[in-house]
Amino acid sequence: MNIAKPNSYRSGPDERGHFGIFGGRFVAETLMPLILDLEKAYTAAKADPAFQAEMNGYLKNYVGRPSPLYFAERLTEHLGGAKIYLKREELNHTGSHKVNNVLGQIMLARRMGKKRIIAETGAGQHGVATATLCARFGLECVVYMGAVDVERQQPNVIRMEMLGAKVMPVQSGTRTLKDAMNEALRDWVTNVHDTFYCIGTVAGPHPYPTLVRDFQSIIGNETRTQMQEVEGRLPDSLVACIGGGSNAMGLFHPFLDDPSVEIFGVEAAGHGLTQLHAASIAGGRPGVLHGNRTYLLMDADGQIQDAHSISAGLDYPGIGPEHSWLHEIGRVNYLSATDDEALAAFQLLSKLEGIIPALEPAHAIAKVMELAPKRPRDHLMVVNLSGRGDKDVPQVGDILKGKTK
Amino acid sequence: MTTRIDTRFAELKKVGRSAFVTFVMAGDPDPATSLEIIKALPKSGADVIELGMPFTDPMADGPSIQAAGLRALKVGMTLKKTLDLVRDFRKDDNATPIVLMGYYNPIYIYGVDKFPVDAKSAGIDGLIIVDLPPEEDDELCLPAMKAGLNFIRLATPTTDDKRLPAVLANTSGFVYYVAITGITGAAAADATAVSGAVARIKRHTKLPVCVGFGIRTPENAQAIASHANGAVVGTALVDALKNSLDAEGRATAKTVNAVAELTAALAQGVKGAKQAAE
Ligand SMILES: Cc1ncc(COP(=O)(O)O)c(C=O)c1O
Repeated sequence: MNIAKPNSYRSGPDERGHFGIFGGRFVAETLMPLILDLEKAYTAAKADPAFQAEMNGYLKNYVGRPSPLYFAERLTEHLGGAKIYLKREELNHTGSHKVNNVLGQIMLARRMGKKRIIAETGAGQHGVATATLCARFGLECVVYMGAVDVERQQPNVIRMEMLGAKVMPVQSGTRTLKDAMNEALRDWVTNVHDTFYCIGTVAGPHPYPTLVRDFQSIIGNETRTQMQEVEGRLPDSLVACIGGGSNAMGLFHPFLDDPSVEIFGVEAAGHGLTQLHAASIAGGRPGVLHGNRTYLLMDADGQIQDAHSISAGLDYPGIGPEHSWLHEIGRVNYLSATDDEALAAFQLLSKLEGIIPALEPAHAIAKVMELAPKRPRDHLMVVNLSGRGDKDVPQVGDILKGKTK
Repeated sequence: MTTRIDTRFAELKKVGRSAFVTFVMAGDPDPATSLEIIKALPKSGADVIELGMPFTDPMADGPSIQAAGLRALKVGMTLKKTLDLVRDFRKDDNATPIVLMGYYNPIYIYGVDKFPVDAKSAGIDGLIIVDLPPEEDDELCLPAMKAGLNFIRLATPTTDDKRLPAVLANTSGFVYYVAITGITGAAAADATAVSGAVARIKRHTKLPVCVGFGIRTPENAQAIASHANGAVVGTALVDALKNSLDAEGRATAKTVNAVAELTAALAQGVKGAKQAAE
């Protein structure tokens, strides 16, 4: 079915993990043998029908897939243009798309005989998904989370602890997602013999960007089928928010070779692109961090700069390497939405559709509010609703109270 | 091409003793004090100087070295100023080998064509770049070799016999064996395990093998140096420096001496060791 054509956008990465100049394997020697093992294990699992069958069983009966493709009629009427569909990843077990990838990686870890799982998390959604599957399969789970994020995403910290995971607040650096990732890498270097590092997005050393993308591609694959069923054709455009870029890659990848499909990734513009933000493509350039070459926010000397977003899940100074490549070759359009725009979209979707989105996909909705009115009424637009807003209710509640004072 | 590193290890071999390799962070706690510190190291018994290049996200370093990097960055240290520091050091010392150790991104941003040439002309002899495994040799290792720098690779307990040849292929100067799986400043290295590992590496290469990570005391240093061609100490020196700072993290009258005194004590340990048989 998904056989790559010559010149396909979907054939990457090459055998060394490169998407153009991006990607690669920039890690300490201690980790290299592990990463090569992981690549072997993943290649074998991918070709094993038993692995696929077991995973499909859990995707259906534990995660709750397929997730619906919902026609957002009121939002469509309000914006007065494109017909807007929401891919309801927020209805998955644990409340976001993160669970798709975690399920895949935990099944891999089990195949590799690993008993201890570590993860990094920003918003806590990846941490919750990891804690959940570790509970389900009886694995030890340690989650690194920046101390700032521990504060602003309390509901998820409590959930992880209820699920039996150990949450480690990270005090170094900016005390957000990038530092959580540093700390997870340090743990991995220290405990290589029994530990599997479950990375939460399409970043890190090869093969992570590929395997996370593959596990998330179920989003786009289902969207194709569902759109054929309801509209009898492909969508005309896709929109998704980008932290590291996994929900976006998952939606985009199955459509990359369809030239009629316009694709938009939405980064977090924070206080604005000339101030503190987390838009690596709009405000960064290629560099090397966390095991891969990709667009990064940094100063003139190559020091990594602080990212800022109202959304803990987007607050990362980098982006997955495949996105950097898709940007440079022009296949995907990367836009950005500010904190304020995301907050407005958060409220609009809640009031119009009765769906409280997470702050992350609220960034995607914010750009839909700009794009949809400029498209004709027969234009089919799919937005990835990557997670639900339960975790953000206290934070947004405080902000809105502060504003109305 | 013979570098200061090759010359130094040949001299040490002649007198039958292992090398004492010291690590400090360039620009910590400020560029002027940092220069005084690296000048004091050879005088206190260091045979080779490893100079850290500050980076915001040192993923294989522990809290001490990470904090040292951030102290240096806070006072405006850059990669260019690190080269300036070495150039200043070379005015008085043309023999002590200097190896830069750090992460790839600042070099990548400086420019991989320009950096090895500038580093060589500043008086740098070798590079240890933690996040560049042999799989990424095209990035910097090959340009650095072309410019006449040694590219020193880390071998670790996870580097098995099958992988060692790839790790050693483009390595020169010396091999840096990381005694533990872990970050800098973590658990103490076990001399017996290290002895086996060094012997294993020596079956694959004629290069000197230095051992680091987890060496803190003169006794540790002596034990390790009797099994290897060199012992590397970093975190203990960085901690001594830190403990000499004032409440705002600035250098005091004690700072240079604090590092020099510990260096001298550790050097005594290394010099008390019999060098491992070749
Ligand atoms: C709901 C939700 N959407 C999006 C993201 C951003 O990650 P990615 O870009 O990998 O999808 C996160 C991350 O925590 C999230 O929780």
